[in-house]
Amino acid sequence: MTDIRTELSGLVLDNPIIPASGTFGFGREFAELYDINILGSFSFKGTTREARFGNPTPRIAECREGMINSVGLANPGIDAVINEELPAMREVFTKPVIANISGFSVDEYKYCCERIDKEEQVGIIEVNISCPNVHAGGMAFGTSPEAAAEVTEAVKSVTSKPVYMKLSPNVSSITDIAIACESAGADGISLINTLLGMRIDIRRGRPVIANKMGGFSGPAIFPVALRMVYQVYEAVNIPIIGMGGVSCAEDVVEMMMAGASAVEIGAANLTDPYICPKIIERLPVLCEELKINKLSDIIGHAHG
Amino acid sequence: MDGIYKEIDQKLVILSNERIADGVYKMTLEGHTSLITAPGQFINIKIPGFYLRRPISICDYDASGLTIIYKVVGNGTKDLSSMKAGESLMCLMGLGNGFDVSAMGDDVLLVGGGVGTPPMYGLAKKLLAMGKAVTVVLGFNSYSDVFYTSEFEELETSVKDGSMELRVATVDGSVGTAGFVTNCLEGTEDITDYAACGPIPMLKALYGYFEGKAPGQLSFEERMGCGFGACVGCSIKTKSGFKKVCKDGPVFFSSDIIF
Ligand SMILES: Cc1cc2nc3c(=O)[nH]c(=O)nc-3n(C[C@H](O)[C@H](O)[C@H](O)COP(=O)(O)OP(=O)(O)OC[C@H]3O[C@@H](n4cnc5c(N)ncnc54)[C@H](O)[C@@H]3O)c2cc1C
Ligand SMILES: Cc1cc2nc3c(=O)[nH]c(=O)nc-3n(C[C@H](O)[C@H](O)[C@H](O)COP(=O)(O)O)c2cc1C
Ligand code: FES
Repeated sequence: MTDIRTELSGLVLDNPIIPASGTFGFGREFAELYDINILGSFSFKGTTREARFGNPTPRIAECREGMINSVGLANPGIDAVINEELPAMREVFTKPVIANISGFSVDEYKYCCERIDKEEQVGIIEVNISCPNVHAGGMAFGTSPEAAAEVTEAVKSVTSKPVYMKLSPNVSSITDIAIACESAGADGISLINTLLGMRIDIRRGRPVIANKMGGFSGPAIFPVALRMVYQVYEAVNIPIIGMGGVSCAEDVVEMMMAGASAVEIGAANLTDPYICPKIIERLPVLCEELKINKLSDIIGHAHG
Repeated sequence: MDGIYKEIDQKLVILSNERIADGVYKMTLEGHTSLITAPGQFINIKIPGFYLRRPISICDYDASGLTIIYKVVGNGTKDLSSMKAGESLMCLMGLGNGFDVSAMGDDVLLVGGGVGTPPMYGLAKKLLAMGKAVTVVLGFNSYSDVFYTSEFEELETSVKDGSMELRVATVDGSVGTAGFVTNCLEGTEDITDYAACGPIPMLKALYGYFEGKAPGQLSFEERMGCGFGACVGCSIKTKSGFKKVCKDGPVFFSSDIIF
């Protein structure tokens, strides 16, 4: 049987399958459906300093082979996450978890990471820099190498846990951002977050989403995500968590061949709540078909 | 999968799929229904060719299957309407809280507007089986939109005299009372509770009408990413905090609602 273990900054995962932030809550809904301890890990819902309702509804739109969400980082806030969600999570998930942190200022990122640093079960901090910087005209941190580096440095100064910067694909050069994060001390890179997208309801002649635009994800974005993982793998020397449209074991292998050490699965959890166990079951079988003895051997294999 | 885990994604086989009013279809499906626990719950249907599932209320169910009633409003429901008996659908089962019948008194008013009518059928059946008195008010636009009134009438004749009363309103007056469901509320002063499902303006009107008089349970709709509480796409603000329509709802107590 193929060894499907993989490693992220010293953390050994039983397999590379990680539900993506925002599609798995804090694990509780899925823990009723299957033993979530079979997962490599999971990335919990993006957490901010304050509790947030998020954007007005409707905030979900369907697309061909995908969806748009403008949930807007709805979350209970860091205090409730630490005091309520994480203790409840420990009841159902015993492995190290990935803490997804968001912020609207460098200080907010720093504050949240400092708080989460004390949580024993957090194995990796994943910093979502697709959020708008309220002190810089609302431009997302992840769209400028300088801002991305500033957040990386600030966060690294308050935690000893591995920090993975989660990049926005809505940029002209993904490698410039990844290099800036690596230079500022990032331990790894997660990519991609959602692509900015939009739908219009032609019966009403108005955008479907109340906020007009939102994040596009799902199978339709897989080629874009794969290309970006491939490019970033050539540009940096730190591990990559690849994501964007991954929906089957074949996609996982493809992402890893492009350079991902592990893979996150987002929207697919919403349309098929059992997608992760299905992929974990299929992965060793697929590896055998492909004559892969050790899954981690294929990381970056496509780079010749 | 292990017994302690729920297999919510069930394959249901279509037994029938027929047009019952203008653009409105009734579909009966066969399959496991053990995850359904209350009237007012819904299923989330995977329609081939569409990325997101479609949430549809359970109209009625028994141990071997269930009935849904849906209106064709877009491409998903259009494709659903052309599906044939013998074909199957993957459905997430028993979603949402449903109506809490244990919180209801013994004289309940049920109000359904348009395709908000279906869950009222299952609820009426349940309340009648519990020996409660039920007044059902259904609202439609016009004659061609009216459906399921004969099923409600059958229910009325199947129970002992006086325990159920059915009233119908159409906006154009072509069937029953002319106007809205709120024009059909005379004699409801003594109800212990009301339950409603339908368009927001209808829910709002009922909420206003019964405020300070009787408690209600109202069923809401929201665009959904998952239907089982994972994406937080369907949040609403209530007096007791942010709630997910798919998991904490779709039914909310009037005391909790912010209009
Ligand atoms: C809890 C719940 C119960 C429902 N019960 C019923 C029922 O019993 N009978 C019935 O006819 N309809 C019901 N609806 C509405 C039904 O879900 C939509 O009419 C249906 O999803 C439309 O799909 P479409 O592809 O035809 O339309 P499109 O407009 O093409 O759909 C595009 C997207 O928008 C979503 N969407 C569109 N309208 C609605 C809506 N009103 N509510 C939620 N999502 C929507 C679709 O699910 C899809 O993701 C219910 C909705 C909810 C939330
Ligand atoms: C409903 C929803 C909510 C999300 N919320 C977050 C979030 O809070 N933080 C974050 O970093 N990414 C968030 N994402 C992005 C996903 O984690 C992932 O990067 C993206 O969706 C691409 O993967 P996919 O195509 O598999 O969905 C969200 C995605 C979806 C669909
Ligand atoms: S639809 Fe996903 S949480 Fe309600």
